[in-house]
Amino acid sequence: MKSAKDLRAEGATPLVEMKDISVAFGGVKAVDHVSVDLYPGEVVGLLGHNGAGKSTLIKVLSGAYKMDSGEIRVDGERVEINNPRDARALNIETIYQTLALADNLDATSNLFLGREMVTPLGLVNDAAMEAECRKIMGKLNPNFRKFNEPVSALSGGQRQSVAIARAVYFNARILIMDEPTAALGPHETQMVAELIQQLKAQGIGIFLIDHDVHAVMQLCDRASVMKNGELVGTVNIPDVTDDDLLSMIILGKKPASAAA
Amino acid sequence: MTETASQPIPEQPRRSLFQQLELDMRLLGMIGAFVILCIGFNIVTDGRFISPRNIFNLTIQTVSVAIMATGMVFVIVTRHIDLSVGALLATCSAVMAMTQTEILPHMLGLGLNHPATWAVTIVVGLACGTLIGAFQGWMVGYLTIPAFIVTLGGFLVWRNVAWYLTSGQTIGPLDSTFMMFGGINGTMGTFWSWVIGFGAVVLAVLALLSSRRAKVRHGFPVKPAWAEAAMAAIICAAILGFVGILNAYDIPSRRLERMFEARGEVMPEGFTSGYGLPISVLILIGVAVVMTVIARRTRLGRYIFATGGNPDAAELSGINTRWLTVKVFAIMGFLCALSAVVASARLANHSNDIGTLDELRVIAAAVIGGTALSGGFGTIYGAILGALIMQSLQSGMAMVGVDAPLQNIVVGSVLVLAVWIDILYRKRLGAK
Repeated sequence: MKSAKDLRAEGATPLVEMKDISVAFGGVKAVDHVSVDLYPGEVVGLLGHNGAGKSTLIKVLSGAYKMDSGEIRVDGERVEINNPRDARALNIETIYQTLALADNLDATSNLFLGREMVTPLGLVNDAAMEAECRKIMGKLNPNFRKFNEPVSALSGGQRQSVAIARAVYFNARILIMDEPTAALGPHETQMVAELIQQLKAQGIGIFLIDHDVHAVMQLCDRASVMKNGELVGTVNIPDVTDDDLLSMIILGKKPASAAA
Repeated sequence: MTETASQPIPEQPRRSLFQQLELDMRLLGMIGAFVILCIGFNIVTDGRFISPRNIFNLTIQTVSVAIMATGMVFVIVTRHIDLSVGALLATCSAVMAMTQTEILPHMLGLGLNHPATWAVTIVVGLACGTLIGAFQGWMVGYLTIPAFIVTLGGFLVWRNVAWYLTSGQTIGPLDSTFMMFGGINGTMGTFWSWVIGFGAVVLAVLALLSSRRAKVRHGFPVKPAWAEAAMAAIICAAILGFVGILNAYDIPSRRLERMFEARGEVMPEGFTSGYGLPISVLILIGVAVVMTVIARRTRLGRYIFATGGNPDAAELSGINTRWLTVKVFAIMGFLCALSAVVASARLANHSNDIGTLDELRVIAAAVIGGTALSGGFGTIYGAILGALIMQSLQSGMAMVGVDAPLQNIVVGSVLVLAVWIDILYRKRLGAK
């Protein structure tokens, strides 16, 4: 399989293109004519201060918000994403910052929420789902034990692994990770980093929203920086330093040396 | 499924008897409270409270509120409320009363007591309740008007639609077949009650076995066999005991004589017969089973609880929470109509004040039964047990001769006390 970099150099069709997206809340322009794209097997970081508009931009792609103008293309085809169901149907999966778990349900129910396995009679097949859940969690987080307790009883890291498992289990092609390591300790953060490498190798495209410049430098192929709702610029990670990224985030200036 | 070995299932050390039986402590607490209540009243009333006659009456009085309480569980679990159930019951009852006494016999010329009247009437009533419920649900879900307001409006609207439809008159007598759904006028008799009782025992044992087999197939831990057997024995004893008590309530001999006369026969000397299971109680049992299956084993139920636990998460998981709200209120409306069948059939007529204050009884039953107003938690059996406890309190106090105002003071206090105990229990468990 060709690397994302080669694909981009060849001018191949990106996995996702978000073109000229604008979202306004009342009079405030949260996202102002922003364009980003993503190739298979690529990790694109989205950076910016709180309120820079990165979460809003990405929620347009996951169907949580509606854009006011602009277009989204998946595999070059224009698509309509009006709600999270549409996004899921396009194999766009999201790990939300808030995790979006139903606290009163157990890990299995959360993992399969909206996509339950059913018996021939149309009833939910809890036993089969729990067996599947044990398999998935066994790979992702071998220490996970609390299968029959509501997820409100789990630790931050355990909850995070349930949310990650839910996003990657159902043949995601496009994965959105909104600060996936915010609630994690160093060991678990390392596991997420390994997982991202693994998913990349499978040809999944990943949008990674993060505050941490070091994490972005380590995990991403490219980074798009936003400030006050506008796109400051998109850079190739190998071409820039931590300081370049920081000055983009803080000053809104694109380094002269890097362009992508 | 040998691959599950990747995630070993720990053998938990289990010691306590209750843990071995995997019993729900909250359910045990409620049953305990109910038993104490019954024994207390029984002592004060010199054994009249736990008599077949009173137990029979208690069950048929509970049915109407209990049916609606099961629907209220879903409404409250999704963080809504329905204040209009009593009024909706009145409207459905009025529609059905007019259908069976005016429209079908006179306008359509079927005459009184036509064999199809009861069926047409019930279908019309259920459709009416479901539609009104769905309409209210649409206003809550799609127009995003708070359920409290929609159903507070509905409380006034449907109560007075019922009044308008009947011009405030009491409509009766109702169709004779229709009245069989009320309780005392429609019972299965001793033989068929036993048949149903044993059928239920067989089904219960099969259900326990199949759930155990499913667990074993996937290598999940199961209770020890003796615990499973003990549970099965308790369930079977409860079912057969209940049938036995209802069968022990004998039909009064004069009523039996009239029944024989109606068939043109003469009653043999010394003939006795028990009432057995009332049809209305069978309806309640059916509702309880169906609603429990919906809650636990269907996607709809899973989505109802997920939405109650975290509406945003449910929406982001691709659940259409607006349409779900319509469904939940439509189910509530359907159950109100079903309760209207039972309630008006029990009274043998439609009266203008039918279902008054039922909304409060229904909400109280659901809440006493452990449904959390903050959403996400609640059980069908709890709501039914809650309705039974409320009704027992009320009729027990009436038997003892407590003044009417004091009865309501006690019921109100018990409601608040029960919810407080529930809060303490949840805190101790560390659950929400």
